[in-house]
Amino acid sequence: MLDEGLRSELQKQGVYTTTLEELYNWGRANSVWPLTFGLACCAIEMMAASMARFDLARFGAEVFRPSPRQADLMIVAGTVTKKMAPLVVRLYNQMPEPKYVIAMGACAISGGPFKQGYNVLKGIDRYLPVDVMIPGCPPRPEALIHAIMTLQEKIRNQKLTGPDRPRHLNAEVAGEFPVPVCGEHDLEPSKNMEVWQPPVLKR
Amino acid sequence: MMETPQNSYWVPVLLAAVAVAFALGPLALAWAWARFFSPQKPGRDKNATYECGLESKGDAWISFRSEYYLYAIIFLVFDVETIFLLPFAVSFGGLSAGAFLAMVIFLLLLVEGLVWGWRKGVLTWK
Repeated sequence: MLDEGLRSELQKQGVYTTTLEELYNWGRANSVWPLTFGLACCAIEMMAASMARFDLARFGAEVFRPSPRQADLMIVAGTVTKKMAPLVVRLYNQMPEPKYVIAMGACAISGGPFKQGYNVLKGIDRYLPVDVMIPGCPPRPEALIHAIMTLQEKIRNQKLTGPDRPRHLNAEVAGEFPVPVCGEHDLEPSKNMEVWQPPVLKR
Repeated sequence: MMETPQNSYWVPVLLAAVAVAFALGPLALAWAWARFFSPQKPGRDKNATYECGLESKGDAWISFRSEYYLYAIIFLVFDVETIFLLPFAVSFGGLSAGAFLAMVIFLLLLVEGLVWGWRKGVLTWK
């Protein structure tokens, strides 16, 4: 491993050095292909973000793929109803690794204005490992762009080997997440305890 | 370019070798990457047929009933009739007797198809 001082000194002389890890992360961070997947009004902002005014293409994320087979990023844009939640999880399972999730808007992160509703999931993070959450109702396209930049930052800092390497590089960690089924009163299970723990009240 | 004709054959051989390496290189790289870093994780959902998140039901190799061609034909009769009747109706005042007669014959031909379908019992809903 080259130390930073030598590296910057070499760079001044016009010699650029890199590591396989950096090269890999650089390529991955700049080609995040989202899934064409809108659930509610946040999807309108998502579309606006990919259009000319906000131009998501500047970040290499304009290639919205209509099939999970070709997508890296799932932008959960909108209200996740309990009827839709199993489909969202199944679509995520069908995406190839490495894959990321952005929960966009108040509904996707917590249920938002419909939190008290009987039919709305109170945050997709109960079933999926969400990387970035965007608050707002709906968030502006700039907020989505910021979320993608945050995700890119996260990807750039991932390790290729070692115990804290991401899930897709670890053979022991399962690639699929359990799909909930519609039960009599609620989804069963109502949460995936591996990715979401109910908050502990401290009095 | 080359001194002797024997030597010149090395150029296409070299090009072919580069072409093969160009095709096999990325494949080998992808295989090595999966082998040493990124393990494959197939699963029930991942290997399932993609159906917009729903579980696919039944077989993809279903056969459509061949009788549906009748619906196509009857649809065509009305479709073509509509397309031609509109300009016919617009320019009706300025048409000569010959043009009118031609249109009527054309319509009769189409109606004949409808009558054929009717007598065949296509129009009754089953």
